[in-house]
Amino acid sequence: MLELIEEFNLLEAFWMTIKLALWSGFFALIIGTFVAILRVSPVGILNFLGTAYVNIFRNTPLTLIVVACSLVLWGQLGIEPASRDSATFIADLNFRLGVIGLSVYHAAFVCESLRSGVNTIPLGQAEAARSIGLTFGQSLRHVILPQAFRGAITPLGNTFIALTKNTTVVAAIGVAELALAMKNIAEFRSDVLLLGFAVIALAFVILTLPTGLLISHLSQRLAVKR
Amino acid sequence: MRDPTRVLFDAPGPRARRRHLAIALLGVAGVVALLWWIYQRMDEKNQFTAARWEWTIDWSAWSTYLVPGAWATLRAAAIAILLSSILGLLLALARMSDFRVLRWASGVFVEFFRAVPVLIMMLFAFYFLSINDWTPSSLNPLIGVVTGLTLYNSSVLCEVIRNGVASLPAGQREAGLSIGLTPAQTRRTILVPQALTAMMPILVSQVVVITKDTALGYIILYPELVTAARQLGSRFAATLPAYVVVAIVFILVNYGLSKLAEYVERFQRRRGHTAGPVADSEALDKSMVGPGAQATSGARMGGPGTGFHG
Repeated sequence: MLELIEEFNLLEAFWMTIKLALWSGFFALIIGTFVAILRVSPVGILNFLGTAYVNIFRNTPLTLIVVACSLVLWGQLGIEPASRDSATFIADLNFRLGVIGLSVYHAAFVCESLRSGVNTIPLGQAEAARSIGLTFGQSLRHVILPQAFRGAITPLGNTFIALTKNTTVVAAIGVAELALAMKNIAEFRSDVLLLGFAVIALAFVILTLPTGLLISHLSQRLAVKR
Repeated sequence: MRDPTRVLFDAPGPRARRRHLAIALLGVAGVVALLWWIYQRMDEKNQFTAARWEWTIDWSAWSTYLVPGAWATLRAAAIAILLSSILGLLLALARMSDFRVLRWASGVFVEFFRAVPVLIMMLFAFYFLSINDWTPSSLNPLIGVVTGLTLYNSSVLCEVIRNGVASLPAGQREAGLSIGLTPAQTRRTILVPQALTAMMPILVSQVVVITKDTALGYIILYPELVTAARQLGSRFAATLPAYVVVAIVFILVNYGLSKLAEYVERFQRRRGHTAGPVADSEALDKSMVGPGAQATSGARMGGPGTGFHG
């Protein structure tokens, strides 16, 4: 087993999966919060834009988005989020294109999680905020969003766990993470395919199980007492 | 039902209306600027030349690539939906069974396959079959895709059904037992049917998840729509148009399915034959539900209209 881990750089692949999950989670949270604000805003056209974003990206397969990031965004439109001077140009490029694809896809789910968080807030909170004269922006910043984030911890956490598992899709554009390692093991060391599967499945259990426990702990600790 | 997010702000007065108009104009301007930038970028890279789009009126492009691709996607999705429904139901019955061994085995199965990414299972199944030569190698990609999808989605469905049973009022089970049914009979004839009814919206939205995940077959060379788009793109030098068309197909189909799920949810709320609360079809995409998550965590309680009707 140790030999297998060494031969296929599984530790590096494991670290790559973690990096993908963290960076994409970070950007998805930013984009998703922005879209969620659009979706709850009082301006009709912004609502429409937010809804359109969610419907477009939630209904497109992640594989299509990730592959299109590589072949269309970079290949056809020449958007190049990495420097050609760098020695690791190809690896950087694929990593960043993968992060772009994962972020825009999961932002739609972050938006929906936050909206379900907003729905957990009793109407009285928003009414109280308005009645003491807070504007939409102020009530959002000081009253609604802090509670929405706390109420949305479970769905947000589930989104993050799904994101961790979905990082495997960027194997389609050649990022050296765990799914690509699995593919390499299957192609070059098919005699230990089962062991390879077990090790990589275990790696994902190691990643997702503590996250799941942390989320249920946090959602209880941070739940707004009502 | 009134959208609760609507109460975040007052009914706008004249000043607020002017401000909203200004924000709206700003938003539109931003979108127009973004679209213009994309247009410029595409134009600069010659994406609008007729040669790139001509294939859309060339029947051979559709009959050689897109129609077979759509058929392959549909076939894999249909088989996976069928198999995961059956397996999911069996897993749920096993997980609620009176035999500890069955409960335990089903629990391990479900927890494991929910924690492992679908793609990893697809890769494993595909290469496992390729190495062992039990099946005709032309079928391996299809079997790989269906195996991965079935293992994951049946685990999710098992949890959905189990949550559905758990959300039924205790009286349902007690009534079954009191008329002399065994616990197993009560589950089979009273609890699970009602859970399935209550969970119907989630089951329909699970179809969206399965349809989207068939696209993972791209990675194990299953000739589904995304693979078709790539082949078509390089054959007609039309990469961008090919992906745009395929994305539109997916969005339309999946959007239609989500609307259907919402319709089913409304229908069940109005006159569903279940004693429990009807699940929320938007209780988040089920591919999003990780280990330890409750499938119905986002579900609102059904209104008073969902009481005993049947």
